[in-house]
Amino acid sequence: MNRFPKAYMNPYLAGIFLGVVLFASFLVFGHGLGASGGVAVLTGAATDLVAPGHVENNGYLVNLVRTRDNPLDTWLVLEIAGVLLGGFVSGLLAGRARPGTCRGPRIGVRARWGFALLGGAIAGFGVRLSRGCTSSQALSGGAVLSAGSWAFMFAVFAGAYMTAWFVRRLWN
Amino acid sequence: MFPLDIGSTLGHGWMNLFYIVTGFGFGFALERAGFGDARNLAAQFYLRDMRVLKVMFTAILTAMLLIFWSSALGLLDYQALYINPAHLGPGILGGLIFGVGFVIGGYCPGTSLVAAATLKLDGLFFILGMAAGMFVFGETVALFQGFWDNAGYHGEVTLQGWLGIRAGLAVLAVVLMAIGMFWGAQKIEARFSRGTGGDPC
Repeated sequence: MNRFPKAYMNPYLAGIFLGVVLFASFLVFGHGLGASGGVAVLTGAATDLVAPGHVENNGYLVNLVRTRDNPLDTWLVLEIAGVLLGGFVSGLLAGRARPGTCRGPRIGVRARWGFALLGGAIAGFGVRLSRGCTSSQALSGGAVLSAGSWAFMFAVFAGAYMTAWFVRRLWN
Repeated sequence: MFPLDIGSTLGHGWMNLFYIVTGFGFGFALERAGFGDARNLAAQFYLRDMRVLKVMFTAILTAMLLIFWSSALGLLDYQALYINPAHLGPGILGGLIFGVGFVIGGYCPGTSLVAAATLKLDGLFFILGMAAGMFVFGETVALFQGFWDNAGYHGEVTLQGWLGIRAGLAVLAVVLMAIGMFWGAQKIEARFSRGTGGDPC
């Protein structure tokens, strides 16, 4: 493992790389990339494991885990398995795959975990409401010029910029 | 010719393998871009580092141009591609809520996976939070089912369809807008950039 992490890829170059992967997905499957959907399926499967039968009362999760024999046999889960693998290999090659917590200069490790949990919960609710995340809506829908996806994308930036000042202590 | 229907031509197993490979490329690209570190994502909203905007819009531009060029050449059937239907009410409200979670938590779903994959605990906590938020959504969606299903629903409407213009013109408009944003991003960075600060995590 490298002692010092490599520099990141030039953002425009990384964008072209990501764009080519996105295009390949459309060529092969007819749809773009996804990340939040897989997490939703896993959430449903975990719920089913902890409280068998409860998903029947959950108006959203039930559709994710009861429509197939094996709830995990879906592209949504396979794709995030690939994302984890690709992220890990890239991080390993660049010397960035090492345990840690990414946080602003004025926030403690535990507080950072708490805010990551809170932010994740808010984002998780929002992303189901909007039927997709930065990958499946903004990137994928954006590239095929879906009007709804473009509206979503600007709403995400608006929500984040409106909140940034109030939580500046987390990052500055 | 494209999109392929590999599910029926090559079978389920090959299709699954292709999904894992696609995900691999996706995760690799996100990590290379620096999105495994929440500070690089949050910096976008404090105007210090416009990496998020640059990567996102370059990716959209690249894929969009390749999609419309290949469909103009008759290689790809644009009509066969999945167009996210416009649910403007829940789409915009959900986007705003998502944006709030993004700046508080420091990740979006894909990038939190990459952070967790590179052993960042804050990424793992973000994923656990997301699962909780999705569970709560499922438990409560019945209370606002009508809003979620119908508010601002316009079906699979595209920008060119909505504006009543040719697809090429919509593509050109997006390219020009993105170039303007890149130009603005460089100006903003020149003025506000202080790096992301702190040691690697």
